[in-house]
Amino acid sequence: MSSISTSSTSSTSSTSSASSTSSTSATSSPASQRKAGRPLRSRRRVEPIFYFFLVPSLVLFTLAITVPGIIGIFFSFTDSIGIGDWDLIGITNYIAIFSDPAILQSYLFTFGFSIVTVIAVNLVAFLLAVGLTARIRMKTALRTVFVIPMVVSGIIIAYVFNFLFSNSLPAAGAAAGIPWLENSLLANPDLAWIAVVLVTAWQAVPGALLIYIAGLLAVPEDVYEAAGIDGAGKFQQLTKITLPLVAGYVVINVILGFKGFLNAFDIIVGLTNGGPGTSTRSIAMTVIAGFNGGDYAYQMANATIFFVVAILISLLQLSLTRGRNAL
Amino acid sequence: MTTQATLPIDDTQRGSGARTHRRKKAAPSPERVNWPATTILVLCAVTVLLPLYVTVSMAFKTQGQAVDGNAFSLPAPFSIDGFVQAWTLTNFPVGAAMSLLVTAGTVLATIVLAAFASYAIVRNWERRFFRYSFFYLLGAMFIPFPVVALPQIQLTGHLGLDNPFGVILLATMFQLSFSVLLFTAFLRSIPLELEESARIDGATTWQTFWKLIFPLLAPMSATVGIFAFLYAWNDFMMPSLIISDPALQTLPVRQNLFQTQFSNNYHVSFASYLMAMAPAIVAYLFTQRWVMAGVTQGAVKG
Repeated sequence: MSSISTSSTSSTSSTSSASSTSSTSATSSPASQRKAGRPLRSRRRVEPIFYFFLVPSLVLFTLAITVPGIIGIFFSFTDSIGIGDWDLIGITNYIAIFSDPAILQSYLFTFGFSIVTVIAVNLVAFLLAVGLTARIRMKTALRTVFVIPMVVSGIIIAYVFNFLFSNSLPAAGAAAGIPWLENSLLANPDLAWIAVVLVTAWQAVPGALLIYIAGLLAVPEDVYEAAGIDGAGKFQQLTKITLPLVAGYVVINVILGFKGFLNAFDIIVGLTNGGPGTSTRSIAMTVIAGFNGGDYAYQMANATIFFVVAILISLLQLSLTRGRNAL
Repeated sequence: MTTQATLPIDDTQRGSGARTHRRKKAAPSPERVNWPATTILVLCAVTVLLPLYVTVSMAFKTQGQAVDGNAFSLPAPFSIDGFVQAWTLTNFPVGAAMSLLVTAGTVLATIVLAAFASYAIVRNWERRFFRYSFFYLLGAMFIPFPVVALPQIQLTGHLGLDNPFGVILLATMFQLSFSVLLFTAFLRSIPLELEESARIDGATTWQTFWKLIFPLLAPMSATVGIFAFLYAWNDFMMPSLIISDPALQTLPVRQNLFQTQFSNNYHVSFASYLMAMAPAIVAYLFTQRWVMAGVTQGAVKG
C-alpha cells in the first residue's frame, strides 16, 4: 500500500513541476523563449518514431470517442430523429427531460439500484474477504470459486437467473407454502429490482473481494497480536483495526462499483428487459431505446446529462482518492 | 510498484515476517482451523456454484426432463441433444469465430497501442504535446459507453465499420485510458539508464522498445490483456448495437435467440449458454493466479 501512494505522489509532483516549467516558457515572448527555452528544447529532439507510437492512438481515439461525443452533444440541441432533416431547437430537449416521468423514473431506479447494490456488494465482499484471509481449510479452492462470477458473461448469467427466478424459485415457494414466493419475482413491478440487485451483486462481488483481500493481507499480523495482548476481542479487532486500515480500499470499491452500476445494461436486459412495465429500466436502456424510438436528439440530451453526472462522480472520486493518498 | 508481488494475493506473500515469527513462538495450537468460518464460506460458495450447476445439468438433459420443472435434478438419461441443436441453431462455429476475432483483436490492439502511446508519453513528458495527449486519452475514463453509443452507431454505419472490426476499434478505445494509465505508471519506474545502455550498443528506439521495454512491460501487459479479454469476450451491449448483420454477431448476443423463439427448449438454451461461457471459465481456471493478481493490481491502480 505504501508503495502505491509513494509512486502516485511522486508522479503527481513530477507532473506539476514539469507543467510549471512549460507554462513559464509558454507565457514568455517568442524571442525570450528562444533564449531561455533553448537549453530545455535542444536537450533532445523528439525522434519522429515517438509520433508514430502516439499519433495512431490519438487519431483513432478522436474518431471513435471524441467525434461521436461532439456530434451527440450538438444533436441534443436539435430535433433530429437520427436521419433526415433537423432544426436547431435550443434547450427545448433539456427542458422536456426534466419533466419527463419516464426519464426521471430511470434515474431514480438507476441511482437507487446502484446505491443498494454498492452497499450489498461491499458488505458481502468484505465479510468474504475476512473469512478468506482467516485460518480456514480449502482456502485456494474457495477463492477460485468466489472469483468465477467475474469471468462469466453478464447477459448469459442473467438468462440463467431469469430461468431460476421464473421457474425454480416459484416452484420452491409453492412447495414450501410461502405465498409471496409462488409468483415470479421478475413479474412483480415492486420486487423485480431485488432480482436485478441480486444478480448484479452476484457478479460484482469478486472484483471487490480481490481488492479487500489485498487490503487485508497488507495489514501486518503483529498488529492483531498486539491488540490481542491488550485485550481486544475479535469483534473489536475487526471494527477498531481492520476497518480503519482498509478504509482506502472501501473508497476504491464503492466508487468503482457505483460508476459501473450506473451503466447497468447487460444484466437488466437478460433479466427483466426493463420490465415489468418500465419499473427496472436503467438510464443506459432509456438512452439506447432512443435509437429505435425516433427521439434521437431527445435521448442525446439525456445522454449529455448522464455524461455530466458521470463527470461529477469522477471528480468526487479524484478528490476522495487524493485525500486517501495524502494520509 | 515494479512487480505484481507488491500486492499480495495470498498468505505466502504476507509481509513483515510476522508469520514465521509467530510459528517459532509456538502458540498452543498453531494449525488451529477456523471451522465455523470454513463452513459459512463453503455455504456461500454453493450460491456461486448453484447457477453454474443448473446450467451444466440442464444442458445435458433431454427435452422431456428439461421442462419437468425441477432444475436441480441430475440429467437422466444423459443427453447431448441440447448441444447438437444449439450448435446449429446459434451457428456456434461462426459465433465462436466472431467472439474470438473480437477478443483477440481487442486484446492485441489494446496492449500494442497502449504500450506504444505510453512509451512515447513517458519518454517525452517534458513536451507539451505528449503531456496533453496523456490527459486527452485519459478523458475516456469519464465517458460511459451509453453516452456516445448513438452517434457511434451512426458513424460506424457510415464508415462501413458496423461489423466485428468496428467493435474491436471501439472496445480498444474504451480500454485505452485505463491501460495507458497502468502502462505509464509502470514505465515511470523503469530507470532511464537501462535504455541508455541499449542505445550505446547501437539500438534504435524501435529496437529498444521491442527488445527491452516491451518485455519489461509483460506483467502490466498481462493485467491490461486480462481486462480487455474479460470485457471483449463477455460484452453484450456494444456488439449488439454496433454489429448490424446478425450473421456476424458474437456469442453473448446470439443467446437472445432463446428469449424470443425456442423459449421452452431449455436443454438447448442452457447447452448454448454453457458453450458460450465455458471458454472464459476454463481459461480462468488455468490462469487464476495471474487473473487474481492482475485484477487486484489493475483495480487498485486504476
